[in-house]
Amino acid sequence: MYSETVMDHFRNPRNVGVIKDADGVGEVGNPLCGDMMTIYLKIEQERIRDIKFQTFGCGAAIAVSSMLTEMAKGKSLADAKKISNRDVAKALEGLPKNKLHCSNLGADALHQAIQDYEARISGKGKAEPKRKETHEHTHGDKCYCPYCDAEVPEGETFCSACQNDLVEIH
Amino acid sequence: MTAINLDHLSANPLLPEVKDAMIEAIRADYGNPSSQHRIGDRAAEALDAARQSVARLINSPTSKEVVFTSGGTESVNHAIKGVALAHSDRGKHIVTSNIEHNAVLRSLRRLKLLDFKVTSVPVDEYGRVNPADVAEAVTDQTILVTIMHSNNEIGTVQPIEEIAAVTRERKVIFHTDAVDSVGVIPVDVQKLGVNLLSFSSNTFYGPTGVGGLYVRRGTKVWPLLDGGVQEHNKRAGTENLLGIIGMGVAAEAALRDMDRRIAHASGLRGKLMETLPQYIDGFIFNGHPEEVLPNLVSVSIKYVEGESIVLMLDDEGIAVSTRSACAAGALQASHVLLSIGREFADAQGTLVVSFGLENTEEDVIRFLEALKGTVKTLREISPLYNGEAVNE
Ligand code: FES
Repeated sequence: MYSETVMDHFRNPRNVGVIKDADGVGEVGNPLCGDMMTIYLKIEQERIRDIKFQTFGCGAAIAVSSMLTEMAKGKSLADAKKISNRDVAKALEGLPKNKLHCSNLGADALHQAIQDYEARISGKGKAEPKRKETHEHTHGDKCYCPYCDAEVPEGETFCSACQNDLVEIH
Repeated sequence: MTAINLDHLSANPLLPEVKDAMIEAIRADYGNPSSQHRIGDRAAEALDAARQSVARLINSPTSKEVVFTSGGTESVNHAIKGVALAHSDRGKHIVTSNIEHNAVLRSLRRLKLLDFKVTSVPVDEYGRVNPADVAEAVTDQTILVTIMHSNNEIGTVQPIEEIAAVTRERKVIFHTDAVDSVGVIPVDVQKLGVNLLSFSSNTFYGPTGVGGLYVRRGTKVWPLLDGGVQEHNKRAGTENLLGIIGMGVAAEAALRDMDRRIAHASGLRGKLMETLPQYIDGFIFNGHPEEVLPNLVSVSIKYVEGESIVLMLDDEGIAVSTRSACAAGALQASHVLLSIGREFADAQGTLVVSFGLENTEEDVIRFLEALKGTVKTLREISPLYNGEAVNE
């Protein structure tokens, strides 16, 4: 079901752990299946010098976290902000449709960690890490029914193809 | 390293004697049991023999009460929708429980679209239904009570006889989904007192794609499939004779070997449950301590997610199943685990281990060793784990 790259990152996840004196922390929860991801950043001269993650989630979520940290490491904050969910999924050679939401978790956590860092240096103090209730859809991202794989319009709670109820937020 | 299958609930291999019988049946070039000539007669005889074997397994007083279907799912659909359609002039209310299989849940959901009302009774922390709750839920509009015999996620066996006493008194039809029970533990339709009982051949090492529905004489049920008059006019379509022959042989074997199989499975189950604390901490067993299937262990492991565990164990050649939302196609937490009071996060780390005839104590130990490493690795990754786990 998963690509070789996904399995590789799942089996040997890179950059696992906690950065005790992190400059920015992003913590998100997956609205669909309830899983969690935390990203820790060490920033030097507006660059990600070190990045670590912790994830409670499926194989895809762990692979996404690992790949994301690899992609973000060493990047300038400006470039890191540009990393999208889709970039991560693509670097992993694709994810099963009903696992695409796990890739949302990854980029969301990174962006939140950067926001947290920016809030801290702008003197707003440590922003409370919060679990995101929902992820933002990048324009063009599609949602699929987890039962029958049919495309469902955003915000829809009923799949007209297979007549199944969908969880509120997908 | 040989692979270890601890996921027999998903699929059982065919018994050697079942394979032999099916191969022989292929070679025998059976005709259509409904034909009037000799070729048809031979087929009808084989069909009848299988029906009698299956009837004996569930202690049905006459084999006429056994309807062959395409499997447990069809049987459940047939029972529920068949009763609903046949009795909707009397009422449109159905009583069920909170922990039923999707075949039941989704049949009922379909009926709700046709204006049927459904009352679902809760279960206790072990997953048991209280018969008094069923009695309370039944109204004069109730036409059917459907409560499973045993649960496929936690193994809990329901007090079916006591519920049947309620339905008998209130003159309501009672169906039980016994897909995970028949062929595994004694199931006696006369003792249980149910009107309808669904079961599946693969549960007791028969082929997939075939199952049965017990319909007590006098129970009015509409067919799901209309056409010819096969299966005593309850299920049209030429019978899946090869599958049915295999099911018949598997039923004979299940009845013959039942005590030995139960002793074997219970031994492995006991070993796993006793030894697990030596390997990991931070877990909760699910299901009733005594009223439970002998061949299943359901355990929720804290701070880790089930799909990840399954993938890692698979790398070590060990197959188990999980009830994590991440592994469910629908990405929803198990309604069964939430119903018995599991926290969402604990439900995520739930494994279902199901034993088969070939499993040994060595398999259990190898599983535990692999599990220990897997849980350690995943907890190191988990943001929920702070280094200490305590058993509840
Ligand atoms: S984290 Fe739950 S499906 Fe990926």
